[in-house]
Amino acid sequence: MIEVKNLRQEFDGEVVLNNINATFQNGMVNMIIGRSGSGKTVLLKCLVGLITPTSGEIRYDGKNFIGLKSRELSRLRRNLGMLFQGAALFDSRTVLENVMFPLDMFSRKNKRERKKRAEFCLERVELLDAANLYPSEISGGMKKRAAIARAIALNPKYLFCDEPNSGLDPKTSQLIDELIYDLTKDFSMTTIVVSHDMNSVINIGDKVIFINEGVKEWEGNKSQVMGTNNEKLNDFVFASDLFKKIKEAGEGK
Amino acid sequence: MSFISSIESVGEYALLMKKVLTLPDRMSEFLKEFMKGVFFLGVNSIWIVVIISFFIGAVIVMQIGLNIDSPMLPRFTVGAVSREIILLEFSSTIMCLILAGKVGSNVASEIGTMRITEQIDALDIMGVNSANYLILPKIASFVAFMPVLVVFSMFMGLIGGYIICHVLGVPSVDTYVYGIQAFFRESLIWYSIAKSMMFGFIIASVAAYFGYNAKGGALEVGQASTNSVVINSVLILVWDLVFTQLALG
Repeated sequence: MIEVKNLRQEFDGEVVLNNINATFQNGMVNMIIGRSGSGKTVLLKCLVGLITPTSGEIRYDGKNFIGLKSRELSRLRRNLGMLFQGAALFDSRTVLENVMFPLDMFSRKNKRERKKRAEFCLERVELLDAANLYPSEISGGMKKRAAIARAIALNPKYLFCDEPNSGLDPKTSQLIDELIYDLTKDFSMTTIVVSHDMNSVINIGDKVIFINEGVKEWEGNKSQVMGTNNEKLNDFVFASDLFKKIKEAGEGK
Repeated sequence: MSFISSIESVGEYALLMKKVLTLPDRMSEFLKEFMKGVFFLGVNSIWIVVIISFFIGAVIVMQIGLNIDSPMLPRFTVGAVSREIILLEFSSTIMCLILAGKVGSNVASEIGTMRITEQIDALDIMGVNSANYLILPKIASFVAFMPVLVVFSMFMGLIGGYIICHVLGVPSVDTYVYGIQAFFRESLIWYSIAKSMMFGFIIASVAAYFGYNAKGGALEVGQASTNSVVINSVLILVWDLVFTQLALG
């Protein structure tokens, strides 16, 4: 479980996140949604320690992540997996080598076992056929799947996904969503997904947090999102014509 | 660049080096990256070192041969002076200025691209000391390979001079060969190698600093690469002055 308490982030005096409080439960897909520039990616980067917050606490299973010594931080980070918006695969390594990388760095298993684990992860994301290809030789969706395989290679307790569907077609987006959801349930991970894709929210969001202008505006689950009275969330959700029509159809019944 | 930001950069560089100069997380991975560095930064630079050294060596001998035309100076002076120039300055300092362009821009753009495509963030999140993993093997491999490049440069510079003596006959080949052996001190070779190894450290670490701190997109990576070449060139010249005074002064 991850707890965020009174988190505040400023850049050059400008407040980007203000007094964020949230809890992310084990075995659940926690979605952080909001408009572009609302501060959701900054929140994610604070959670994984890429940005040190101005104030507040981030507790992983009760242990404050902020202010940990580099060795402890490094140890804790081995329990984190992250899927970046652009996949962030290492260009000079094949897909298999990318997935093997965290194992090569931290696993005590021998090379054959490490390779077997990497192949298992690739099989799980249905990418074993592309194991020997380089990132430049595969599609955007395949890159995302390879990045997921790399993220789960060390069997992490926490999975973070930054805009996992950006730049993907609806069908591939759905496949990625389902993959994230299945992996979360199968490995009982705490998954946090930053997105502004409402399809993802409806598909996989066990818990939804809406951030607006750096402030947590709303919290609930996917079934509550569509029927909320929160004006700002309504503006965000029903900005899409499709969701507007779904709402109108629902009200017409 | 203002004075304050320059001081800040020096501080950032020192903090980065503190992260870089630690024991690697996995020695086997370090050795793999070290060998890659030896090949891509070192072995791949041999051709440019060979070509430039050969021609510059030839031109140095030609210029000195044509300009030292005094009955007060013996003709073998051409070989001796050319040797001193090649050994003391050309093969270490000038060659490193050229390598600051080739290797420095390569390191800065590679690490800078990794930074802007979030590959360095990915390493950090895995718990890898990204600075150590990416930069240490590059510094170590380049510094370790630098003596090879310097010796190649010295050899090719002197060969260039030898060939030009054959072609122009000013001075004769025998006089040139005598000249390059006259009053020879082996310690100068070691001085030149030591100096170039320090330059190797400067080139790889400064270029890595600019790449590691690149922000934005392709334009900023290009700027990081350019800045690394400019700052490296200045630092090499300043360090050349300081080291020469310390070692030979």
